[in-house]
Amino acid sequence: MGNCADVVIVGGGIIGCSTAYYLAKQGVSVIVLEGSDHIGNGGSSRNGGGVRQSGRDPRELPLAMFGIKNFWPTLSEELEVDCEYHQDGNLRLGKTEKHKEILEGLTSRAAAVGLDVRMIDGDEVRRINPYLSKEVTCASWCPTDGHANPLATTLGFYKMARRMGARFITGEKVAGLKKVKGSVRKVITEQNTYEGETVVLAAGLASRKLAATVGIDVPMQPVMLEALVTEAEPHMFDQMLGTAEADFYGHQTKHGSFVFGGSSGLEGFTKDDTALQANYSLTAPCICRGIMKYFPDLADAKIVRTWAGWMDKCADGVPVLGRAEETPGLVLACGFSGHGFGIAPVVGNQLAELVVTGKTQVDISALRYDRFRAKI
Amino acid sequence: MGQVNDRSRDIGAFVEAPDDDMVICRCEEITKGEIRRAVHDGMFTLTEVRRYLRTGMGLCQGQTCAKLVKGIVARELGVSPAELEPATSRAPMRPIEMRVFANEAKEGE
Repeated sequence: MGNCADVVIVGGGIIGCSTAYYLAKQGVSVIVLEGSDHIGNGGSSRNGGGVRQSGRDPRELPLAMFGIKNFWPTLSEELEVDCEYHQDGNLRLGKTEKHKEILEGLTSRAAAVGLDVRMIDGDEVRRINPYLSKEVTCASWCPTDGHANPLATTLGFYKMARRMGARFITGEKVAGLKKVKGSVRKVITEQNTYEGETVVLAAGLASRKLAATVGIDVPMQPVMLEALVTEAEPHMFDQMLGTAEADFYGHQTKHGSFVFGGSSGLEGFTKDDTALQANYSLTAPCICRGIMKYFPDLADAKIVRTWAGWMDKCADGVPVLGRAEETPGLVLACGFSGHGFGIAPVVGNQLAELVVTGKTQVDISALRYDRFRAKI
Repeated sequence: MGQVNDRSRDIGAFVEAPDDDMVICRCEEITKGEIRRAVHDGMFTLTEVRRYLRTGMGLCQGQTCAKLVKGIVARELGVSPAELEPATSRAPMRPIEMRVFANEAKEGE
């Protein structure tokens, strides 16, 4: 097999896999290059599984809403894998006046874009989820939000894209991109060179260094996120949960286990080796203390596993998506800032549309690469 | 591992076997046939098989089935088990109650 295709995608995470899937479905030839040994080995397999609209920045909200309306309801069928999608709402919890202020801000900004989300008080929170403690005094409630299984979804996109002829190569570390006659065409790895009419850069954190090889900068930095999972428990609730300060989130999976993510407050200062996706010792116990405050009933649930991952946190917290004028041939899809999973199907679909037709159905212009400005 | 791995290489077609309904991962009740099919779906590493099927994700965290899964995947790919990566061990080493795990930061104990 040759090393040329219509599209070369750098990054075999869920964004790369879903883009490959929607391209291959239209008959476009695709090569996906993944630097690690495994497909979906970064945030795609390490996130909390939220399929959420509430709490999002209005700039990416149209994408999230379009995806939940048009892709998630039929995704399991389409990918022939159980994505475990649940659309039973999202409670974003608050305990203090400050939390309430944050939630009210998020809620009014999202409602202005047309999202069905509203503020509710502690009693209404406990009518929706009776297991939540009295510490919760308010929440934003978005009934059309939900959660899914990120591992099955990522590998489902991979499986189907591969089945339709997309070529995936793992352990293929990309060193840089190269222009040919003014257009980004070549992808140089440690041992090989690949070439495509279009190059999609969806390499998470590694994207910054690679974009820089053709003169584009995406301001983002690594921040560690950690999560844990309990043994299977009897069914308790189906909502997705988050908090005003985004320091705690989780849900009960189809399997019965609870997946909770959280922070220690030392994020950004934990470990500096981004190759090592290992937990920071202070975090998991801190998440446990957090969970018990929200759900006293879970104190005896056993933790079976903890894990960590790095997010590609963009300077303003939303991804960089689309083409860059200075670099024809290049499509950027990075900086998802820890909440890329829920929008991954729609992002892949829209990027495929961008590559094939030059346009997207959802306006992504607010996510342009050149939106960053100095403060004065 | 750590090597270029072309996921489109020909590993032959999936052929049903009489022992495909044998349970390999007892915690999550995953059969040999499911594991073999996952390899043909493109899951070429133990990590991918685990994330795809939940083998080794149950209460014992793969302490019982890890070696068996490795053998099945290696045979399906036509490689030596030594070429597949060791399973990732993750804390805690035994399932532990949240209220115990949470105690780590108590002063004076």
